[in-house]
Amino acid sequence: MTPDVLLCVLAGVLVGCGVHLLLARSVVRALLGFLLLGNGINLLFVVAAGPRGRAPIVDLGAGPMADPLPQAMSLTAIVITLAMTGFVLALAHRSWQLRRSDLVENDPEDARIGLRALANDMSESDFHGGVDAEPRPGEDPDPGGAR
Amino acid sequence: MIFATDVRELLLDLVPLPVLLPLVGAGLALVVRRRTRLQRAVTVATLSLVLAISAVLLWGADRYGLQVVHVGGWVPPQGVTLVIDRLAALMVVVAVVVTFGVLLYAIGQGRGATDRESGAFSSARRTSFGEAPLPIFHPTLLVLLSGVSTTFISGDLFHMYVGFEMLLAASFVLLTLGASAERVRAGISYVFVSLASSSIFLIALAMVYAATGTVNLAQLSTRLDDIPAGTSLLLQLLLLTGFAVKAAVFPLSGWLPDAYPTAPAPVTAVFAGLLTKVGVYAMIRTQTLLFPGSPLQTLLLWAALLTMLVGILGAVAQDDIKRMLSFTLVSHIGYMVLGIALASPAGLSASIFYVAHHITIQTTLFLVAGLIERRGGSTSMSRLGGLARVSPLLAVLYGVPAANLGGIPPFSGFLGKVGLMQAGAEQGGWLVYALLAGSVLTSLLTLYAVSRVWTRAFWRVPVVAPVTSENRLERRYERLYALAPGVVLPTAALVLVGVALTVVAGPLFGVTDRAAAELLEPAGYVRAVFGDVVP
Repeated sequence: MTPDVLLCVLAGVLVGCGVHLLLARSVVRALLGFLLLGNGINLLFVVAAGPRGRAPIVDLGAGPMADPLPQAMSLTAIVITLAMTGFVLALAHRSWQLRRSDLVENDPEDARIGLRALANDMSESDFHGGVDAEPRPGEDPDPGGAR
Repeated sequence: MIFATDVRELLLDLVPLPVLLPLVGAGLALVVRRRTRLQRAVTVATLSLVLAISAVLLWGADRYGLQVVHVGGWVPPQGVTLVIDRLAALMVVVAVVVTFGVLLYAIGQGRGATDRESGAFSSARRTSFGEAPLPIFHPTLLVLLSGVSTTFISGDLFHMYVGFEMLLAASFVLLTLGASAERVRAGISYVFVSLASSSIFLIALAMVYAATGTVNLAQLSTRLDDIPAGTSLLLQLLLLTGFAVKAAVFPLSGWLPDAYPTAPAPVTAVFAGLLTKVGVYAMIRTQTLLFPGSPLQTLLLWAALLTMLVGILGAVAQDDIKRMLSFTLVSHIGYMVLGIALASPAGLSASIFYVAHHITIQTTLFLVAGLIERRGGSTSMSRLGGLARVSPLLAVLYGVPAANLGGIPPFSGFLGKVGLMQAGAEQGGWLVYALLAGSVLTSLLTLYAVSRVWTRAFWRVPVVAPVTSENRLERRYERLYALAPGVVLPTAALVLVGVALTVVAGPLFGVTDRAAAELLEPAGYVRAVFGDVVP
């Protein structure tokens, strides 16, 4: 089977642009990236269905028919992409409602631990005396449960 | 032998039910969403039924071998094939068991939506018993289980993709329950990472079809031998990349510790148990069935080593218990990848055992983290303290699975690790020995990470006095509410299941040994699907 070069190139362009957009911090740009990526992949399925000019329909004209299975698969993929797009749009809207921003934030806890590491802050480590100091004589050693 | 044929017919009828029943149950649960008790009854009944059926399927697969169903009577390769072998059946059983535990915990917590946004006890009471948030937890959990089972019992690569999407869509909903700012933030990155990995899987599918003209696993198994080695390697790497994102194997694992900890405790628990393991399962299936001739051992061994070490070093640095557990989750995926990389009967068997062990233990630990949050008001180790005195029961519930995860001898974590090490030592080679050393180090550091929680949250003098009410009666109520039997009993049951894995380790290793032998003989799988003539 000779694949259709035009479709292959088109799929490559779509996937390339899709990946570029997907890497963006903006939710909407990333969503557009996912859509382009999805369309590029669907074209790949069409490529896999056989040479161009054939329909995946029995008894249509004289020529041989195209393989209908990849068409069914890309239909499934389209439906799934649609559902996922709906969900991401809802999420982007909610994010906008909450923060008036379209950008994905960093995880605050992750950033906090990273900053501590950069500042070489050992105060929470097990090898730092401060927090786990021995109780003074006369102090209740385990006040946690005293009730 | 009329009886035997009857049993086999019955088994075939049961094969699609682990997918079908949860979906039907989800529909019913959605219909009765306004009636909490009825919804709970529907979900519990569905899961009990699925549990019984999957147990029968495991017994049947172990006794009679592969069970193959052609959906709708369509003969492969046109139709979708469902195949239950020992691996698939075992995975379904374990998945249903932990989902059941998590569901009961969620019911014990209240409405099942399990929200506690502000962190205060009083608001927790309001939200969990009132109309808010949403009665969609039960149906979504059932859809998630259905997607997971689809992936496990499917004999068709595209159908596996559909299963992945089902469980992903359900997981998106569960992760963003309540849609608070924190969860939306975590949800967005999780959703995009998942979509990207699905896209890679989909690209691989299109290429597989272009190269071989089929997506039926059994047919692929024979046809992939005929295509050029380079093409086959490309397909293999694409599939592995897609699955490695889902399984959180090291260079592709960064998303997991950011996404999981923000979700409600039962959601995190079921994610930690099931979602990554689905990726591991897919890796086992493709590596053994589709690419038995190219184990990519060096690549996978390096990935396993780095996953273990980077994951556990991350865990040691954490302050939040849920984040610490998420990092140990990543780290221990390395053990399973190690078994897959070895590709020997012993290695695969130990890997499958480890998957079963790890699903149970990791789910349990996240539920316990939920209990700690309920009792102590936080999961931050710098705020918690003195829990061992406050609640010895909680200490036991944490201590047993934590020791199990760290690999203390009588527990199943130890058995799984020893199995992997034996399998590695049989194979030899410097890289494998380096991995064995790495796995011992990881195990020690896991012990260090979980005992940090122990010394800080349970033993030490509390730094921050717990926020409690002035009223003595109200305080008592809060205490009883935090560790109500409804949440403690399911957790305790899962702890017991984890301990029971040690008790039944002999028979379980028997099953996994036979499962591994079955996996390493793809010809048997092909014969079961197609008979003697492969189209």
